[in-house]
Amino acid sequence: MDSAIANTQVDHDTAEHEHVVLPQHRHHFATEEQQREAGSFGMWLFLLTEIMFFGGLFFAYLLYRNWYYDAFVAASNQLSVPLGAANTAILISSGFFMALAVWASEVRKKAMLVVFLILTILFGVAFLGIKAVEYHEKYEKHHIPGASFDASQFINPSAYGLNEKPLPPDMAQKTQMFFFLYFAMTGMHALHMVIGLGLLFWLLARAQKGDFTSGYVAPIENFGLYWHFVDIVWLFLFPLLYLINRHPLAH
Amino acid sequence: MSAPSPTILKLPDQSTATLPKKNFINAEHGLLSWLLTGDHKRIAILYLISITFFFFIGGAFAGLIRLELLTPQGDLVSSDTYNKLFTMHGIIMVFLFLVPSVPATLGNFLIPMMIGARDLAFPKINLLSWYLYIAAGTLMLTAMALGGVDTGWTFTTPLSTHYLNTHVLTTAVAVFIAGFSSIFTGLNFIVTIHRMRCPGMTWFRMPLFVWAHYAASILMVLGTPVLAITLVLVALERVFGIGVFDPSKGGDPLLFQHLFWFYSHPAVYIMILPGMAVISEVVSTFSRKRVFGYTAVAFSSVAIALFGFFVWEHHMFIMGVSNYSALVFSLLTMLVAVPSAIKIFNWCFTLQQGSITFETPMLYAFGFMGLFTIGGLTGVFLGSLGMDIQLTETYFIVAHFHFVMVGGMLMAFLSGIHFWWPKMTGRMYPESLSKLAAVVTFIGFNLTFMPQFILGYLGMPRRYHAYPQEFQVLNVLSTAGATVLGVGYLLPVLYLAWSLKYGAIAGDNPWQATGLEWQTQSPPLTENFTEIPIMDHEAYDYEWLEHKTQHEVTHVG
Repeated sequence: MDSAIANTQVDHDTAEHEHVVLPQHRHHFATEEQQREAGSFGMWLFLLTEIMFFGGLFFAYLLYRNWYYDAFVAASNQLSVPLGAANTAILISSGFFMALAVWASEVRKKAMLVVFLILTILFGVAFLGIKAVEYHEKYEKHHIPGASFDASQFINPSAYGLNEKPLPPDMAQKTQMFFFLYFAMTGMHALHMVIGLGLLFWLLARAQKGDFTSGYVAPIENFGLYWHFVDIVWLFLFPLLYLINRHPLAH
Repeated sequence: MSAPSPTILKLPDQSTATLPKKNFINAEHGLLSWLLTGDHKRIAILYLISITFFFFIGGAFAGLIRLELLTPQGDLVSSDTYNKLFTMHGIIMVFLFLVPSVPATLGNFLIPMMIGARDLAFPKINLLSWYLYIAAGTLMLTAMALGGVDTGWTFTTPLSTHYLNTHVLTTAVAVFIAGFSSIFTGLNFIVTIHRMRCPGMTWFRMPLFVWAHYAASILMVLGTPVLAITLVLVALERVFGIGVFDPSKGGDPLLFQHLFWFYSHPAVYIMILPGMAVISEVVSTFSRKRVFGYTAVAFSSVAIALFGFFVWEHHMFIMGVSNYSALVFSLLTMLVAVPSAIKIFNWCFTLQQGSITFETPMLYAFGFMGLFTIGGLTGVFLGSLGMDIQLTETYFIVAHFHFVMVGGMLMAFLSGIHFWWPKMTGRMYPESLSKLAAVVTFIGFNLTFMPQFILGYLGMPRRYHAYPQEFQVLNVLSTAGATVLGVGYLLPVLYLAWSLKYGAIAGDNPWQATGLEWQTQSPPLTENFTEIPIMDHEAYDYEWLEHKTQHEVTHVG
């Protein structure tokens, strides 16, 4: 019975062979379909490794947030929720245009594909721009961990005009741990964005030559998976870092 | 002279036999055709040459360690140099030899052939993985040439982040890159095994070699990224003073241990599972029997991979973890022994009433089964809490993991290299010389590491370059054994190189083995098969093979 199945499988394969016309079809795959499935499966596996990679950071966050909860709340309150929320919206828009780009590639509309890729890039760059503004603000407030880090505003918030609960000095020092993790996590996320933007420029150049609008969608589709993954990481980072305890203090 | 021992070896008539005119080795010529190749078999050969190179560098460090330990005084090298020696030995052996050893060479060469595919799913990523390996190796050599590193292969914080001025960063970057090489190999294997099987090749018709590699690949893909982020955090701490592992800034050095061992314990299964992969094939072929309990052996690989992720804390029992979690991890550790034992027992039942012959690959396989069992059982000693507190950080632990890694994995690697050498090169290695090498390796190994169990039990700590007078006799034995072992490893390099030109022509299937890789010419064509095979029988079906061979004979006649 098994060999019967095997035979029909072969017939099926040879039938498919007749319409293998893409120049991108690689000889070691029996069919185009097999090539596309293998590529997308490989991408999903790669994203799994990325989850494990970020997982280490999330684990460290979980541990220290439990240990130094008050410091994490105070430090988190120093992040700008409007900027973070704006960035969330911008990144989701970028992801939306990437999804449209995949669609444009599938329906073989070159001009639309190019426009959507450009929009994806623009929103991606805007995200990094806002992130840079936020990083700069941290620098001005001496919130960058290291020799110039200053925890005094968490010890004596009223002196800085802040409506915060004062922290004992040793707990206030632990705000530095929050900022370690803030920079490590958003920095690692931003690095993924930069790599993604580099790939986007490469895809854009190839899209203009019409590489992805003749039935060969795989690179656009797989990059789309990567880009959405980077979005999703941010969707976890935003609440964990910005929204730890956002209700105003009771007075 | 006694009559030659019985063998299943069948070689073609040497007066007329030639290597196939067209094969993957002579398909293209020139160095560039190798360096830019997408052929999984050529990449396997590139890997084989590179890991052999690094094996002997790592081995040279081991030689110097044993030479220093010949006498109780620290007289050959200073204690700082000694720290560097065992660190570089460990890092090179773990990341540049053991992790890629069987998967990147034999696995790369054989997995596509065993499942009836023309190549791995991503040939370019396969080549990239080799280049990453070479980049990592070059960085490691650079770090060595600039003065080395002395953190121990475990990069323990805060030692690695605060107290050492050696080349920690360079080495960490090298290990990070080597990790990506390993991730890409694992990813390629998983996709290939899922998507590239030939018609009729169901999951339970795959050779157990493929199953074990599948399990090891899962570990590579899920474990290695955690090591990557851990090393990134160590690097950030060294360069920018980020304090995730720094107690003075509220960080926790134990977090480093958790993250590091979350990879590095599964990593030992990355190292041993491919060894088990080889043994399943060899034991079946040289007993002329289907592997006993095929399904159990297949699932035990997956079980090892799964349980392997939940035992890491047994490396940390003495480091101040909670007693309750230590208890749980101790029990989980013993649980891993179950699937390993399933394998050993099933191989023994495969041997039972088989027509056993004693060619070189089988000798190495016997070596594996004995030594791995000792290594595995002493692992259960160490997994039990009370024993661990007594024995950890002594030579007992050194002996334990060398029994698994060297006695197990290296024996399996050599077994596999001999077994598939005729397939890879089309020529046989010299049989009697290689049997001698197998025996020498076995004797040398036991002489080196058996005394270390006793040393550890008596309380000699690891990682010291001087020791009390009373331990000298056992240390001299161990060093003598290391010398014998060195000879055992040099011999195959010499005669395998010799056989490339002068070995007997092997023919397609010298061992009468059943795998699809044996049903094609040796060395194979670049595209492996003239037409994609159809798998219409179970794995290890010797009756099918006999029937096929008879059919061929009558057909020709």
